[in-house]
Amino acid sequence: MPATVGALSDLVAAIGNTPMVELRRLAPHPGVHLYAKLEGDNPTGSVKDRVARAMVDSAIADGSLAPGQTILEPSSGNTGISLAMIGARLGHPVRIVMPDNTTPEREQLLRLFGAEIVFSPGAEGSNGAIRMAQSLADADHSVFMPYQYGNQANPRVHEETTGPEILEQVPAIDVFVAGLGTGGTLTGVGRYLKRAKPGVRIVAAEPMPGEQVQGLRSLEEGFVPPVLDASVLDDRVLVTNRDAVIGLRRLMREEGIFAGLSCGAALAVAVRVAREMTAGSVVVLFADAGWKYLSAGLWSRDLDELADELEGSLLW
Amino acid sequence: MSTVRIPPVLRENTGGSRSVDVSGSTVAEALDDLFARHPALRDRVTEDGELSRFINVYVNDRDVRYRDGLATAIAADDTIILLPAMAGGAR
Repeated sequence: MPATVGALSDLVAAIGNTPMVELRRLAPHPGVHLYAKLEGDNPTGSVKDRVARAMVDSAIADGSLAPGQTILEPSSGNTGISLAMIGARLGHPVRIVMPDNTTPEREQLLRLFGAEIVFSPGAEGSNGAIRMAQSLADADHSVFMPYQYGNQANPRVHEETTGPEILEQVPAIDVFVAGLGTGGTLTGVGRYLKRAKPGVRIVAAEPMPGEQVQGLRSLEEGFVPPVLDASVLDDRVLVTNRDAVIGLRRLMREEGIFAGLSCGAALAVAVRVAREMTAGSVVVLFADAGWKYLSAGLWSRDLDELADELEGSLLW
Repeated sequence: MSTVRIPPVLRENTGGSRSVDVSGSTVAEALDDLFARHPALRDRVTEDGELSRFINVYVNDRDVRYRDGLATAIAADDTIILLPAMAGGAR
């Protein structure tokens, strides 16, 4: 983790080493310090820059990604955008399988970075995008699929970079909170912190899936991401879209932090954990910035109306 | 009575009901009561007496696997949420 002195070699070198800020106004009592790691400060605006770079670098290193080869990946947004930026710079065509019920900003950004988009049925959620990408990859062996849900480079980059950055920035850390998606952040940061500072608790903030995106025909179609090491977790808390939006608005209003929807959910869990403590330090990871959510009106619309509408979409 | 929320994928086993009121002082007792009312659910939610890895069980909003598992205590006004394991959203 070299300190940044002078100019970096290129944009990809600007990934990581994100700021950590204290949330003094949101800490529930004076004895507990609440800190946020701002991953929205990465070049394309999310923590997924770390993961995309790591997956591409490791695939180039082990020969599974050849020069000019097409990269195909299921993503509802952030990972796709990161892969599109990195792929375009290296000369790889990028094709992203994305549910058709996300925000228009994601489609716009993907196209700006030159990616091709294949839409999967929104009602099938991320599971549907994963299935469609797998069948496309099975049918066309000329493509390379990094597969963030099963690629060990995903948790490894968090174990090797995000985790050490967090401990260096907040040596007194007692609890780490992050959103649960692929499980890469929680698994990687959790492994590092538990080894480096035994006793640290790892808490997952998990989205309560809306009824309309639970398009499973059977339980066996369900999905446990292979990279998630559930043994690293100490608690797992469901957060509704409504509570995530409330958290998001508090972040904006009280701390001036413009963050994505999962950050509101992670904040809700972090504040609750902090409330149950009498002293100590809680670190919460904010995965992205708010830009890709502007059109959804998360900061301005009527909360009840918004909560109903979010039931049928995939925003985090 | 506590309430068990049933996800869409399991409602064919509850005659379409979205939630079922049950009695019991632990998650195990509440689920036993649920299975007594809707026997077909047992095989879908459990494997050899353990929870299926494809189902997550929460008391209010906390995953019981990180509490006391099926022995997790429940109070009368608690809600037990059954959810299929799913991939996250914006990833």
